[in-house]
Amino acid sequence: MAVVLSGNEAVARGAFEAGVKVAAAYPGTPSTEILENFVKYEGVYGEWSPNEKVALEVGFGASLGGARALVVMKHVGLNVAADPLMTLSYIGVNGGLVVVTADDPGMHSSQNEQDNRLYARFAKIPLIEPSDSQEAKDFLKVAYDLSERFDTPVLFRLTTRVAHGRSPVVLGERKQIPLRDYAKNVPKNVMLPVYARQRHLRVEERRKELATFAEKSTLNQIIWGGRKFGIIASGVSYQYAREALGEEASYLKLGLSYPLPLGLVREFAEQVEQLFVVEELEPFIEEQLKAAGFSVVGKEVFPRTGELSPELIARRIRGTSPFQVHFSRPEGLPNRPPLMCPGCPHRGVFYVLKKLKVVVTGDIGCYTLGALPPFQAMDSCLCMGASIGASLGLEKARGKDFARQVVAVIGDSTFVHSGLTGLVDLIYNKGTGTVIILDNRTTAMTGHQDHPGTGFTIKKEETKALDFAEVASAIGVKRVSTVDPYDLENLERVIQEELASEEVSVIISKRPCVLLNPPKVDKRIEVDADKCKGCKRCLQLACPALSFAGDRVSVNEEICNCCSLCVQVCPHQALKVGER
Amino acid sequence: MVEVVNILLAGVGGQGIVLASRVLADVALQSGKAVKVSETHGMAQRGGSVVTHVRFGEQVYSPLIALGQADFLLGFEKLEAMRFLPYLKKDGRLIVNDQEIYPLNVLLGKEKYPPEISSYLKEQTGQMCLVPAQEIAQQLGSPRVVNMVLLGVLAQFLDIPQEKWEEAIYRCVRPEFREINCQAFRKGFSWKSG
Repeated sequence: MAVVLSGNEAVARGAFEAGVKVAAAYPGTPSTEILENFVKYEGVYGEWSPNEKVALEVGFGASLGGARALVVMKHVGLNVAADPLMTLSYIGVNGGLVVVTADDPGMHSSQNEQDNRLYARFAKIPLIEPSDSQEAKDFLKVAYDLSERFDTPVLFRLTTRVAHGRSPVVLGERKQIPLRDYAKNVPKNVMLPVYARQRHLRVEERRKELATFAEKSTLNQIIWGGRKFGIIASGVSYQYAREALGEEASYLKLGLSYPLPLGLVREFAEQVEQLFVVEELEPFIEEQLKAAGFSVVGKEVFPRTGELSPELIARRIRGTSPFQVHFSRPEGLPNRPPLMCPGCPHRGVFYVLKKLKVVVTGDIGCYTLGALPPFQAMDSCLCMGASIGASLGLEKARGKDFARQVVAVIGDSTFVHSGLTGLVDLIYNKGTGTVIILDNRTTAMTGHQDHPGTGFTIKKEETKALDFAEVASAIGVKRVSTVDPYDLENLERVIQEELASEEVSVIISKRPCVLLNPPKVDKRIEVDADKCKGCKRCLQLACPALSFAGDRVSVNEEICNCCSLCVQVCPHQALKVGER
Repeated sequence: MVEVVNILLAGVGGQGIVLASRVLADVALQSGKAVKVSETHGMAQRGGSVVTHVRFGEQVYSPLIALGQADFLLGFEKLEAMRFLPYLKKDGRLIVNDQEIYPLNVLLGKEKYPPEISSYLKEQTGQMCLVPAQEIAQQLGSPRVVNMVLLGVLAQFLDIPQEKWEEAIYRCVRPEFREINCQAFRKGFSWKSG
């Protein structure tokens, strides 16, 4: 019987059926639901790791210990885990090990759209790309066989449209995979130069063996149709192309897309008039085919940015699109960017930072929305954990006086992920900056995952909670304070004091995400129409519950969580907290 | 080209669009169809524009509906219905929740919420269902079931028996909310354009 699963749910199911025992991940859109779903199965271990590097190291250990292991991350997470990945390629596996990378072409929820297929070639490991949920499950099982047969980690690449696409999946049973024996094997598992040189030779042999294997792999298949256009594609691009061109074209669908099956490509190429590579982002397949002497069309007609679509493929290959647009929309519709929720604990912090006109080095999370109007209270956002290092760099470039107006803001989960080492640097190299940890007790943006600071595991078991104040003290921070971001006056006072101080400060702005445990709102915000002057000061909070009706502010009680920030900022005492 | 039914659901993060699309996918599968859905997650969900594509038929390839190809556009909010109008087929059906949710710039008074969206949509498409889904949900005592009211209206135009829909809702919704969601669906299913 089939059930409708997202690509992510299907990967989780595939891991369960493949007998995976240990899984580790750091949450990140569009990959998050894989681990969330995996841990629902009986008899498996899964964890939220502090970051992707640790997750892969846990996966490595589990594989070394003879178990099948799954490691999951979003595309940029693999940058963090690249260090273990590159050398794990040399070591190989004991129990099968698959690394899932969920790429985000079009950047629906990411800071870049890097194409992680390049990592497979870089690390010289096989690359598997499913194009729907059924394949996500089935191909993952193949990935484990491949991993163990060729003694290699396997890179399993999803994109947003596969990860967050839903389609029917026929379920199977869990395969009972006995633990493989653990045997100490120094030349294989200890990458000293003397051993690594030997392993690198093995990696190059393996690459050739995999290329031979790819020729016959059932993951690669030719679907014959019209011979005028020959389409080579993998992942969701295949589905778009098939939609766009139907029976008019023939397709070489690559499920095992590195190493490329050049023999199969030759067989295909000889029987079609014109060969196209249809791929999102980088010309990954195209450049390898061109280097092998094939005459293919790729990025000459397809963009190197953003997502593809059936319309785009039809137009670029056939010259016309079968999809006609009949209705237009008026120009200049108001956009609807995402915004902080009513009662969001980040709102007060950004209101104050804007008011103080400070330079804010930012980080990755819901609070990055503080960069958008009307706050515009963020000067940089680079990658996970970058806020603290960036603030130190600014100070070293422009001096201590400049540091008196620089604040690094970083979320709780992000701080654990990769802010800790930045803070160590701030102390070690004698910075004087101010760091605000926006501690909302969860990994909010990705859908509320626990992390080492929350005191709960992925399965909601209680565990030791990392105490940010104690950690900061242990690192050497003398000035550590904890504030409630709903208390604007105190918040502003503390930030000003800590900015002025010529030593490192950590301010923990602590209040749970309003969506985490939606507060029982038994109060309401009342507007005194006589006192409201229509000055719009409260609207500068960018709260979706506040709007301007006529010449007065009005409160949408349906969504108001009664955080009372608007009451605090009103210069005319026109707003007050009342009973519901 | 193979016959596929395309349904685009557009609205604002938090309106229950993802759940509605899951019920749709489930009911399509149980009716023996191939189905694909493409959802929006992550940053956009924080009150931003959200759009979900649902496609079902004998064989479905792309998870995305091409512009001009939606048989149904289910607008959970008027401005979002207008924003995604170019997806609608020439003879496609437009079902719109009669609700306005102001984007930030409108709340701040920097931009105007487009006036007369309903008449614009009606004029363009000639056959819009403007559903007081918010009002119906309020009457049921649960503003969160707007999604099921709209699904009920959509179900009027799809050849799938009512009990199949309710079974799908039953499978997709948490036990404590099943009854209220089914009630909302029935209200939509029996709703008649005035």
